[in-house]
Amino acid sequence: MPAAVPAPLPPLHLAVALEGTGWHPASWREPDARPRELFTAGYWADAVLEAERGLLDFVTFEDSLTLQSTRHGEPDGRTDQVRGRLDAVLTAARVAPLTRHIGLVPTVVTTHTEPFHISKAIATLDYVSTGRAGVRVQASLRADEAAHFGRRSFPVIRPDQHQDPQVQELIEETFDEAADHVEVVRRLWDSWEDDAEIRDAATGRFVDRAKLHHIDFESRHFAVRGPSVTPRPPQGQPIVTALAHATVPYRLIARSADLGYVTPHDTDRAAAIVAEIRAEQRAAGRAGEPLHLFGDLLVLLDDDPATARARRERLDARLGEPLTSDAEIFAGTPAQLADLLQERQRAGLTGFRLRPAVTGHDLRAITRGLVPELQARGAFRRAYEADTLRGLLGLTRPANRYAARTASA
Amino acid sequence: MARPPKQIHLAAHFPGVNNTTVWSDPQAGSHIEFSSFAHFARTAERAKFDFLFLAEGLRLREQGGEIYDLDVVGRPDTFTVLTALAAVTERIGLAGTINSTFNEPYEVARQFASLDHLSAGRAAWNVVTSWDAFTGENFRRGGFLAEEDRYARAERFLRTAGELFDSWYDDEILADQQSGVFLPDPDAGRFRHHDQHFDIAGQFNVPRSPQGRPVVFQAGDSEEGREFAAATADAIFSRHGTFDAGRAFYTDVKGRLARHGRTPDELLILPAATFVLGDTDAQARELAHEVRRSQVSGQTAIKILEQVWNRDLSAHDPDGPLPAIDPDPGEHTLARGRASVRMVRDPLATAKEWRELAEAKGLSIRELVIETTGRQTFVGSPATVADAIDTFVQADASDGFILVPHLTPGGLDEFADTVVPLLQERGVFRREYEGGTLRDHLGLTRPPAAPATRTKEGPTL
Repeated sequence: MPAAVPAPLPPLHLAVALEGTGWHPASWREPDARPRELFTAGYWADAVLEAERGLLDFVTFEDSLTLQSTRHGEPDGRTDQVRGRLDAVLTAARVAPLTRHIGLVPTVVTTHTEPFHISKAIATLDYVSTGRAGVRVQASLRADEAAHFGRRSFPVIRPDQHQDPQVQELIEETFDEAADHVEVVRRLWDSWEDDAEIRDAATGRFVDRAKLHHIDFESRHFAVRGPSVTPRPPQGQPIVTALAHATVPYRLIARSADLGYVTPHDTDRAAAIVAEIRAEQRAAGRAGEPLHLFGDLLVLLDDDPATARARRERLDARLGEPLTSDAEIFAGTPAQLADLLQERQRAGLTGFRLRPAVTGHDLRAITRGLVPELQARGAFRRAYEADTLRGLLGLTRPANRYAARTASA
Repeated sequence: MARPPKQIHLAAHFPGVNNTTVWSDPQAGSHIEFSSFAHFARTAERAKFDFLFLAEGLRLREQGGEIYDLDVVGRPDTFTVLTALAAVTERIGLAGTINSTFNEPYEVARQFASLDHLSAGRAAWNVVTSWDAFTGENFRRGGFLAEEDRYARAERFLRTAGELFDSWYDDEILADQQSGVFLPDPDAGRFRHHDQHFDIAGQFNVPRSPQGRPVVFQAGDSEEGREFAAATADAIFSRHGTFDAGRAFYTDVKGRLARHGRTPDELLILPAATFVLGDTDAQARELAHEVRRSQVSGQTAIKILEQVWNRDLSAHDPDGPLPAIDPDPGEHTLARGRASVRMVRDPLATAKEWRELAEAKGLSIRELVIETTGRQTFVGSPATVADAIDTFVQADASDGFILVPHLTPGGLDEFADTVVPLLQERGVFRREYEGGTLRDHLGLTRPPAAPATRTKEGPTL
């Protein structure tokens, strides 16, 4: 009997995570890193335009409400790495009018922000990009971040304390709050029906107020009346994404997200994480809903494996220690990476978010090396097939939850 | 020797949610789509305006317990639109209202510093306050602030944000690739602020922006508001668009500066102004009349009357006389989320005044509302309007104007094409931008970096 031929895979999805000069802490010292331009619009426009030339689904913009630190919950006082960053939502907005197809997914911290503000900001990003907005929600247990707001305080939590019952409780509470935050944001996006603006000169009414809805959300952390001040955005619901490494955040993805980023270091682990999230998704009553699961990889790409390895060693030497990351680190050729992505895709991942080690080098290697390699294998698009991020991800525009209620009432 | 003519400052307010906007006009476009904002911004920049301005609202207005539906409803997020506009313009200032009550200083300072970086020095902040529980219902904290505390919080908010803006020195990022020193000082961005409103500490994570701080605008008109502006603002958005009221306000506010150690040119007075242009003055007057009738429909007239009377007047005929009944002097809850409602401090006196006016001129409800609200500041041919604007400014009734057209997004086009060239010919308005930043346009100096928390004597963590 011939060996079973694996079923052909659907084209995979590709995103790039933009972070400073790159994800290797020594990346800023590379010749093509442009570290002094990190606080200019041009730097970010160039990166996103490069990603768009590579036909990528979207880019994410990392963010935090603290200075970067190698420590958990406190500053590290280091002066030899990139420190300081611009607001991710605004960086995405600045780039939006310069691009046409690529999705723009900034990070927002749910723990210290108002969902009312976040909802209208992301809706507006969807307007200024004509339907290409998403958001990556991030819960924060950082003590230093909380001190910037002064409304509550968190203890400094070391990684080895994550299993302590009190820490677990705090993690669960913070992620429950994040889930509530997303729920408020989503309800606000739906708080205007799509055809609420009627401009009816005959009756003098600009809107049909029967199509504007109070959301009346109440939970431990939020009480939000609504409706939004911003009409329903072009995509109806911009894409909500989250990164997760453990069960509690997997649950946030399963309950609340359209797309989750996970960090398996091998194919078996990828399959296990996919199974766990899919089970949580069923438990949350979302079994039939599309939910993308992307694998995150930190990548160093060169034309031959030895060059990539040598570059990693050079960067590590500059850093003074081997690079570590929550995500698997890949150093090799575009063809080797394509092999790995296709293998992981068979484990149930629907796409990948690549973290270029050095943006100035590895982003281009993704768009000009990896993408053609995947295209040659029939595994990636050859032209943008849609104008919205939902369209690129194969997601339909969702019905408005309140309109549905009106219709069925 | 006569002083050289004052240079006029001009800005444009994107017309939004009030009855200024004639949304029923066939030329009216979207007030949400980015293309509208881009058109408006490009026109204002083509006309070499100092800045464009977006207002903010954090709760849809209601009247009689229902969402107000006669005017434009809804608007996009201020920060997001302004930053996107930085991509389609090069010089024009980008000003936005941001509320100090339902935000936190760290976040707002970060957003303004980011906008200033991403626009290469064009950000401005119109600081407003709010206290009402109605707006608070959309936020975690709810309606927590006593009305008398709102300026205190705003003042502390602005001071705290200022400390964050100043927490980095200019050009502090070294990023020396050879030596591996990214920052010379591990304390970059260090801050600590403690008062009755804010207790925060840490490191601000946006380096000092091109303007140092965004330009700060104020709009308050009360005694407290004027004093707050005199102490802290770079410009005031005033409501006093008539010549005499403008001069009185100008003299009063500029007179307050000295006791805050400031000079008169450190605070610009910029009233909001509307305009209607025609080929001739007579044509403009005719058009202005039509615009007013579009702005004040019969229904709108009744709604505006209800805001003063604090009663349901829907049974009244807008073409008939004013109600015989007096305003309800109780708590003013009929109309909510409207700044104009709070301006009517004495409804009984206003009603009396309006009755006398209506009787003297024989005005219906609608005619009276047209007469008493939303004054059109400049009506006439381009030459007449240019002359009037110049006269106001040269006589210190203002330092310029924030123009509010009644059409979105093309309402500024004619002004840009006809009035601006006349002002340029007079030598009272720039032909080209001279500097790159909004501070340059406004003639304001860049504040020196003064990271108080970074000195050796200062607090450390």
